[in-house]
Amino acid sequence: MTPPPATVQAPGSGETFLLNLGPQHPATHGVLRLKLTMDGEYITRAEPVCGYVHRMHEKMGENRKYAQFLPNTSRIDYLSAMHYTHAFVGAVERALGLAVPPRAEYIRVITSELNRISSHLVWFGAFLLDLGGFTPLLYAFDDREQILDLLEAITGSRLTYCYYRFGGVCHDIDNAFLEGTRAFVARMRPRLRLYHELVTDNIILRNRLIGIGPIPLELCRRYGATGPVIRGSGAAYDVRKTEPYSVYPQFDFDVPVYPEGDSMARYRVRMDEIEQSLRIVEQALERLPSGPVRAEGVPRVLKLPAGEFCCAVEAARGRFAVRIVSDRREIPWRVKLRTPSFSNLSLFEEASRGMMLPDAIALLGSLDLVIPDIDR
Amino acid sequence: MSVSLPEPLRLFALLAGAMAFVGLNAAYLVWAERKAAGRFQRRPGPTEAGPAGLLQPVADVLKLISKQLMVPPGADAVLFRAAPVLVLVPAMICLAVIPFGERWVAREMPLGLLVLFAFGSIQVMAVMLGGWASRNKYAIISAARIVSQDVAYEIPMLLVMITLLMVTGTMDLGEIVRQQAGGFWRWHLFRLDANPLMPLTFVIYYICMLAETNRAPFDMAEAESELVAGAYTEYSGMGFGVFFMAEYANIVVGCATATVLFLGGWQSPIGVGSGPVWFLAKLYGLVFSVIWVRWTFPRTQFYGLLNLSWKILIPASLFILVLSGAALQLSGS
Repeated sequence: MTPPPATVQAPGSGETFLLNLGPQHPATHGVLRLKLTMDGEYITRAEPVCGYVHRMHEKMGENRKYAQFLPNTSRIDYLSAMHYTHAFVGAVERALGLAVPPRAEYIRVITSELNRISSHLVWFGAFLLDLGGFTPLLYAFDDREQILDLLEAITGSRLTYCYYRFGGVCHDIDNAFLEGTRAFVARMRPRLRLYHELVTDNIILRNRLIGIGPIPLELCRRYGATGPVIRGSGAAYDVRKTEPYSVYPQFDFDVPVYPEGDSMARYRVRMDEIEQSLRIVEQALERLPSGPVRAEGVPRVLKLPAGEFCCAVEAARGRFAVRIVSDRREIPWRVKLRTPSFSNLSLFEEASRGMMLPDAIALLGSLDLVIPDIDR
Repeated sequence: MSVSLPEPLRLFALLAGAMAFVGLNAAYLVWAERKAAGRFQRRPGPTEAGPAGLLQPVADVLKLISKQLMVPPGADAVLFRAAPVLVLVPAMICLAVIPFGERWVAREMPLGLLVLFAFGSIQVMAVMLGGWASRNKYAIISAARIVSQDVAYEIPMLLVMITLLMVTGTMDLGEIVRQQAGGFWRWHLFRLDANPLMPLTFVIYYICMLAETNRAPFDMAEAESELVAGAYTEYSGMGFGVFFMAEYANIVVGCATATVLFLGGWQSPIGVGSGPVWFLAKLYGLVFSVIWVRWTFPRTQFYGLLNLSWKILIPASLFILVLSGAALQLSGS
């Protein structure tokens, strides 16, 4: 079902009003504020106002030592903590030329992919909540709980893990974790089928997503949108494939791409990504090598050689990149954090023009924004 | 079961009963909904207040009463305060004509059905007033949605009613139930001789009823993920509580109407042992299905409902109306 054509700027009308969506609003899932100029229920202009949870992460990175900044990285996008820590330790490892032991790389892949699944499960629940379906949230959180329990057992925290260290990971994983992860993979596959039967195939959901909020590929490129957003618009852009890091090239997995660009395409990309992440976890568990989990001879106080060092990872919401500029001191001269949510939000203004409010909310939900990730 | 009281006393007792029913019904339907939603979502629901959380509604009411009823600055204070009352009163009036049993009716009226639909429409206007008087943009959007939603679903609902009236030939609710005595195959839902599409008529009525009571998947007026709380955004304390009570009272009225018109009212499905127990069983069975729908489906778009109504429900109910007329003409009744 396509929405009726917008009556925006009907001759003689021009009577609009300003609607503040947020910073306290159920659909923004945080303190995002959208200044909507509305013509009736049609949006003529949506101006995102961000900065309500700006915490100066970049500045904090520039006035403390590398190890001291490490816990910050997991708090930028709290749902995707593993990936963010991975990018930061990755940049430092590249600078120092540290060789990470293979077992540590495999553990990083397993935990990163589990984290991706848990992040997508939160999105799944919250997105359906935006669409007025309450029940899937509780089902998704039930599955996510299994992941959180597993990760808590090895990292000690349930959300803001600081598990990766320069040159490896903090602790080795144990048999309980391996067994638990195998059990989770076995559990998650039928659950995904259940979600597809109950939610994806629901006629109301399909009407609300198919053809709604189309984002052309050109728009994605212009604003630098990445992750499931650009993959839902037809570009097979995945940092794990295009700029391979860690041991990802050793795994056999697909990058789900849907060319439609509508909210349904982004929905399908994320649902398929859960499946692909399960595949990666399965392969990693099978081939997990033995050996140490931390590189030898990592200096206690890190001093990076002078120069620029970058590392990009595929976080749950897209490309997260860290750029460190070092002048040989213990403290970096500049830390730039390139977060995916900021770019993904930026295209909302253009993409939502002329949409009806409920459809714009569906579009906003399908972008999967984490507000602290926008503001940093 | 007969009620042998002098007429004024009987009327008073049944009206007081209807009022107590509305309050208790709302309180315990909230509890039932929370329990049922909990089961649908793999959680226990309220458990702390009293056994199985049975005292939860009492706690909720105490909390709502203890809160201040704020009238937002710049709002139309009179309309703002009147709206909750205007929502609740029509639902209570509707309950007065609904026959719970052979003699369990506050006021039997030859035009009971007309009363039901006349007062049933008022609550929509009252919610609109509340939204308009709030002087809140979300509430005003919600009020505008309610009006067009009202126009969209009332038409198929009334067309369905005309079909049914052609079958029953009376607007007396008690008489309509009496026509359906003698087993479930005599219920209007299964009167395929009068109209082969009778079950479809019921489905149309059911969809319209969900829309009339602003229940998911048609809760566009409240749509908390879009409009915060829609027309109720600015209401606090018992102002909000009364809207809440009215929502449940309206669900009961809608389901009771369906029970009377389609499911044989107090008549037993096997032909013997008819009584108010059967009425309540059917009524709450329907109410449960309404709760079930809410916790299963996402919300439709607003234009989705309008499309559904104008492009599917209205043509379908018109077709049923014509078909029913033809069937009655041919059978010579």
